Amino acid sequence: MTPSDMEVLAQIVGARSGLVLPPDQAYLAETRLAAVAHAEHLPGVDALLQALRAQPGEALLNAVTDALANNETVFLRDRSVFDLLRDAVLPALAGARPGGAVRVWSAACATGQEPYSLAMLAADLPGMKLDLCASDLSERCLQKAKAGLYTQFEVQRGLPIAQLLRWFEKTEDAWRVRPELRQTVRWRRFNLLHDMAPLRRFDLILCRNVLMYLTPEARRLVLHGLAGRLAPDGVLVLGASESVGDAPDMFEAAPGGRGLFTLPCKAGAKGPRTGT
Amino acid sequence: MRTCLIVDDSRVIRRVARRILEALDFRVEEASDGAEAMALCRDRLPDAVLLDWNMPVMDGLEFLHALRREPGGERPIVVLCTTRNEPKHIAAALAAGANEYIMKPFDGDIIEAKFAEAGLPFGRTA
Repeated sequence: MTPSDMEVLAQIVGARSGLVLPPDQAYLAETRLAAVAHAEHLPGVDALLQALRAQPGEALLNAVTDALANNETVFLRDRSVFDLLRDAVLPALAGARPGGAVRVWSAACATGQEPYSLAMLAADLPGMKLDLCASDLSERCLQKAKAGLYTQFEVQRGLPIAQLLRWFEKTEDAWRVRPELRQTVRWRRFNLLHDMAPLRRFDLILCRNVLMYLTPEARRLVLHGLAGRLAPDGVLVLGASESVGDAPDMFEAAPGGRGLFTLPCKAGAKGPRTGT
Repeated sequence: MRTCLIVDDSRVIRRVARRILEALDFRVEEASDGAEAMALCRDRLPDAVLLDWNMPVMDGLEFLHALRREPGGERPIVVLCTTRNEPKHIAAALAAGANEYIMKPFDGDIIEAKFAEAGLPFGRTA
């Protein structure tokens, strides 16, 4: 793949998802595009690139963007964050709400391990009612997440065996999340670069290991959007190596660190929140 | 240095597991069935046991039952590592006192995750 091919690709995924496509990842991109070419019944990557340079349809652009995103995730990723949510964050949020109802958004949930991990965790918290939404840009990932079907390899990364026994049933060659847990998550395709104003407010937003792959402008846009969707006493969780550095006035680090952030001024006297 | 006893009748599996566990800073011993493992454990209890299920002479679950009845035998962390992957097998192993359960095939990531899960986190920074 030539540098100019990479530029074409970078432009496509950049415009659609804010994703940075590092020029030194041409090999990885080529491998992933080969799979797209195959699925689209094109003879190879060259033919796919040609199609992308001509007048590509929406579906093809989606497929390419989807393929070039990193959707790698595991159950209970960064366990200490889930411990903190279980022991401190969720009980505090639930305690401050009628009926212990906490609205949660797992933004960019990839194949669904994060929202399912939250649902499992909440099932053991008394007096807690999670209203759990999960979104991703990738239709393919959402389909898998909704189906709740995971390979033997996937269920062995991050998931304690007791939780596997309790929340999954074995199928022929995979493990499926039990219906009672699947039903607790609402799935929705959403692009984080799009206007978030029509979305509701959330008490807890997880947007982990997303910003690190985005351009600075996209990071700023997403952080501004998320700040507008967070309840005044809500909590934003970023990935372990991510920060709010591109929108420093929007959030402040919550005590305890670990990628947790809150809005800077409680009770909303002034600040970043627009609209209501 | 922490010790791990690998119990598996396949020499290939033992070799693969040994390489992974030594990289995780364990001193490793090997046994090819439950009876051999029991003899080693009576000599000195390891901190952890990576335990196959189907083996000649004494299988993994028989060994586990016997180990848990030994003096101090409740202490070692036992992680099953087997091709048996039915929920009823997993439930039986947990009831017999297994701390974690790996379904073969496995890799280094799974071993590391499962041992950490069972209470043996690794400090691999050194």
